[in-house]
Amino acid sequence: MNQEFNNLPDETGHFGRYGGNFASETLFHCLEALNAAYKKLKTDADFQQQFKQDLADFVGRPSPLYYAERLTKQQQGAHIWLKREDLNHTGAHKINNTVGQILLAKAMGKKRIIAETGAGQHGVATATVAARMGLECIVYMGAVDIERQAINVFRMKLLGAEVRSVDSGSKTLKDALNEAMRDWVAHVDDTFYIIGTVAGPAPYPEMVRDFNAVIGREVRQQSMDKIGRLPDALVACVGGGSNAMGLFYPFIQDKEVAMYGVEAGGQGLETGRHAASINAGKVGVLHGNRTYVMSDEAGQVIETHSISAGLDYPGVGPEHAYLNDSGRAKYVTINDDEALAAFHTLTKTEGIMPALESAHAIAYGMKLAKSLSPEQHIVVNLSGRGDKDVHTVADIEGVSV
Amino acid sequence: MNQLLTETLSNLNHKKALIPFITAGYPDPKMTLPIMHCLVENGADVIELGMPFSDPMADGPVIQKASEQAIKQGTGLKQTLQMVYEFRQTNQTTPIVLMGYLNPIESMGYEVFVEQAARAGVNAVLLVDSPPEESADIQTHLKAHNMQQIYLVAPTTSAQRKQLICDVAAGFIYYVALKGVTGAADLNTDAVNHAVKALKATTQLPVAVGFGVKDADSAVAVAREADAVVIGSALIKIIDAAADNVESVLQQVGEFMRPIRAALDSL
Ligand SMILES: Cc1ncc(COP(=O)(O)O)c(C=O)c1O
Repeated sequence: MNQEFNNLPDETGHFGRYGGNFASETLFHCLEALNAAYKKLKTDADFQQQFKQDLADFVGRPSPLYYAERLTKQQQGAHIWLKREDLNHTGAHKINNTVGQILLAKAMGKKRIIAETGAGQHGVATATVAARMGLECIVYMGAVDIERQAINVFRMKLLGAEVRSVDSGSKTLKDALNEAMRDWVAHVDDTFYIIGTVAGPAPYPEMVRDFNAVIGREVRQQSMDKIGRLPDALVACVGGGSNAMGLFYPFIQDKEVAMYGVEAGGQGLETGRHAASINAGKVGVLHGNRTYVMSDEAGQVIETHSISAGLDYPGVGPEHAYLNDSGRAKYVTINDDEALAAFHTLTKTEGIMPALESAHAIAYGMKLAKSLSPEQHIVVNLSGRGDKDVHTVADIEGVSV
Repeated sequence: MNQLLTETLSNLNHKKALIPFITAGYPDPKMTLPIMHCLVENGADVIELGMPFSDPMADGPVIQKASEQAIKQGTGLKQTLQMVYEFRQTNQTTPIVLMGYLNPIESMGYEVFVEQAARAGVNAVLLVDSPPEESADIQTHLKAHNMQQIYLVAPTTSAQRKQLICDVAAGFIYYVALKGVTGAADLNTDAVNHAVKALKATTQLPVAVGFGVKDADSAVAVAREADAVVIGSALIKIIDAAADNVESVLQQVGEFMRPIRAALDSL
């Protein structure tokens, strides 16, 4: 047992120097209550049983581990396996977390659900579980993102959620998170805040990771069944880092399994127009935790850029910051054009259209496979499906649909 | 070695302290210094100077907008410290509390920040996202330079945390008058006075009340128990509404401050 990784975060919510509770005083009471409730339910058999059942019957788990035969042949290297989170209800891994958090909200007797969203995937996943539980749901979304992701905005409305446009700052995901925090401060008594990634103050990074860890647990079992051993490498895209943490966490003690987190290289690190917080950011404090943050000379958080709205976030989950510094995981970047090419490649060779976020992982997975031997196996997390991105791709390529 | 902030608040002779908040560099960098002097001339006992930040999570729309505008015009942490330095050239008696968020300070480095802030003449800092649990490091540096860290106590703060906060706090305790962001409207002054009274039983430090105090009436209402009142968003709104020149801004700021000062002095 390698204690050094699996016991994190520590009791104060830190992953080494990262994470923690850099929250405003008004929120402490509910963060403490949330932490206590979560710690209790984490080991509660009934709660875990309910969670498992919802993942099976509502989400459709387990998601398959798919052998990408034609893609493997094309790369002439390691075998490429895809973890099919795109087949989940609502089309991405985000639902794993919202199914878990809404059960917690219910258990805590909260009546009102709030969330932030960038691409709209987490907003849709939250609106979905809120509808199922009959709870009021308000989703904060940057005005710029509302424009970029019109279909998801309408989906949320169909599900009965109220989408509130955020006009402050850069009008994107980080500002939506700020606004959700402000809402929470003003409605601490009856409101549950469902954060969509492994960021935020403790216990969110731990909790969101745990709810997504079903991904990695299934991959372990499926690898044993299909390959007869654990894979040699794992690859996942990193926005805030929830699909990556969910895949990585159950493998953390298996040092022979390499882990690669793929950040959005945007138009290239050298242009400054990207969202690669670990590769090009510096240590700071944002949204309640210490982590790598994209900020300027003066410490102002800067606007990020990515072809995929879901990776367009200037921070990163604190556990990734820790895994990076300790060397347990490697963080690489894939640029917009490489992701777009991978989107087409996967669509044409396997008949699977990936989300543009996931296309970053696919692009790096192909590169990695090529550099490895045919005896080796890699698992790429296909975190979501690409239907939501069809308009973006058409726009970029000058096609009107 | 005594602290200017502590000295000022303990020499009030039962007078209530008035602490206006302004965002550094708003509405433009040249106006900050004249506004600061104007606040002192019209009864400010302490000045709270906001360090503009791109992601002011605990602030309402008024201070958000002021921060955005200040940043756009080039005011960051460095420029804010420079303004304090210039203010100190002619005023060595009004304590200055810097208020803001951690990221710009993390970016500069705690040691460099504290050194430069001390040199500029800052007396205390109030960092919204640096609760006692996370501030051991910066506290060490602050203490080495005889600077104080102010902490918030909220209506939701448990008795146990109140004790924890009072144990590490210095200067004064800042009681957040409402569950919400700065500038929100619905103050329940009875509840505030009740909470402040209880708080004063836990600490020797003066207690200031802020968030939602907006005029002479609300200031007087919360000053029944509190030792000081902080007024931020309402003052920023006054500055925002004034015509775009120094004279008009200063005139409006003076007219806003004087009745509040008078009302507090009549208590
Ligand atoms: C399909 C998909 N993958 C990945 C992400 C990035 O989030 P995270 O890094 O938390 O997995 C998103 C975010 O919206 C997404 O929709």
